[in-house]
Amino acid sequence: MANERYTEDHEWVRISGDIATCGISDYAQEQLGDVVYVELPEIGRIVSAKDEIAVVESVKAASDIYAPVSGEVVAINDAVEEDPETVNRDALGKGWLFKIKLTDAGEADELMDEASYEDFVQGLDE
Amino acid sequence: MSDPIPAGSLAETPLAALHASLGAKMVPFAGYSMPVQYPLGVLKEHQHTRAAAGLFDVSHMGQASLSGPGAPEFLETLCPGDIAGLEIGRMRYTVLMNGEGGIRDDLMVLRMADNAFHLVVNAACKAEDFAHIAAHLPAGLNFTPRPELALVALQGPKAAETLASLAPGVDRIAFMQSAHASIDGIDTLITRSGYTGEDGYELSCANSDIEKLTERLLAFDAVEPIGLGARDSLRLEAGLCLYGHDIDTTTSPIEAGLIWIIPKSRRTANAGYPGSARIAREIAEGPARRRVGIQPEGRAIAREGAAILSSEGERIGTVTSGGFGPSVEGPVAMGYVATAHAKAGSPVLLEVRGKHHPAEIVRMPFHPHSYYRGQ
Repeated sequence: MANERYTEDHEWVRISGDIATCGISDYAQEQLGDVVYVELPEIGRIVSAKDEIAVVESVKAASDIYAPVSGEVVAINDAVEEDPETVNRDALGKGWLFKIKLTDAGEADELMDEASYEDFVQGLDE
Repeated sequence: MSDPIPAGSLAETPLAALHASLGAKMVPFAGYSMPVQYPLGVLKEHQHTRAAAGLFDVSHMGQASLSGPGAPEFLETLCPGDIAGLEIGRMRYTVLMNGEGGIRDDLMVLRMADNAFHLVVNAACKAEDFAHIAAHLPAGLNFTPRPELALVALQGPKAAETLASLAPGVDRIAFMQSAHASIDGIDTLITRSGYTGEDGYELSCANSDIEKLTERLLAFDAVEPIGLGARDSLRLEAGLCLYGHDIDTTTSPIEAGLIWIIPKSRRTANAGYPGSARIAREIAEGPARRRVGIQPEGRAIAREGAAILSSEGERIGTVTSGGFGPSVEGPVAMGYVATAHAKAGSPVLLEVRGKHHPAEIVRMPFHPHSYYRGQ
């Protein structure tokens, strides 16, 4: 499971072939608190890395989610729109948000691996 | 009212150490470091308050005493409410007016004796409110801010039985009535009031006693500590105004739907409080805009600042409070719209991230009040 890559904005990606499955990190869901609304992109949308692509809202606030990689949105997770708390329960599994067909297969390599991300998060909490 | 303030300059309430030990997440609010949530989380804290009882630290609010001959008449020169007619031991919600008919602050006024009142004002406004009252104080009256007093709220359907086990009889006072009690030797001023729409109490005692009193209340299984996050979603579902957001120096009590706080005898242009001319005019002619409840049809949340449009797409107003209502199990909002669109049932559109979402003007509250009105 530990082949996720992470952004500094707390999104994760998991690459399988040329498809990147994306979501928000466990740290992010914990910081947000109870997720009550998720707005996902339209399938077919072409995005560049760091584009605002989705919104995850808790009771308190709305948080923008950025595309971790560039490409075309090829799938979205309807189940989290129906039951937003899935993001809290299983952020890295059933709480995935969207899938992007990669333009550049090497782009995700530039993101943090799990160990680097853990160090990054620890730095934020200090 | 949560402008970022450098961490070093934040004030603390006397419960700061207790919040830390309870694992609260602290945020700056009105110049104070305040708990926004505890480990339970905003959603469950909200639900717990509606199902059992929630304990809120509201010690940041400003308490003050006013006394002396003519104290009721003096308050009526600042507020549009019926203060002279308030019975001893009863509390009333009112507002401090400005000369333009806007609202300087909203506050609670408790009559302690013929010529003695206990006031509770908003944290963010307390310095200005107190200066305003002191500046207009006639000779012979005493006005004393009470920073040595702390305040907690106990809210929810189990509040009465819980508090009555410590202060027998307190379950028999009605909404907006008060009582004095000694709880484990702590001298406590109790009012049956709150900011959640639930039955409940607010308890004022010395700063030096508040931690002991709070721990005593939290020892009950029914009681959980509740942060500002749930306080906001609870009051929004109850349709209650948040000062600085839903009412401010530009909104009149008439626009805000608060005509019920003004007795008929004080609805004239020369009623003797600042801005009374605007009150009389807006009652006669109708205000240009009104505060309304807004029920979105879908799941998208329209938050403060979202544009309200007519079904033809014309801008008619702005959301002043909006969020997810855990008891409503969906989004809710309030805001101001042009009077022509303010009738319950009117269709409107809410603009969220550039998209227009259908919604309807509705009567508030979104969640029914359950105040105890007495036998």
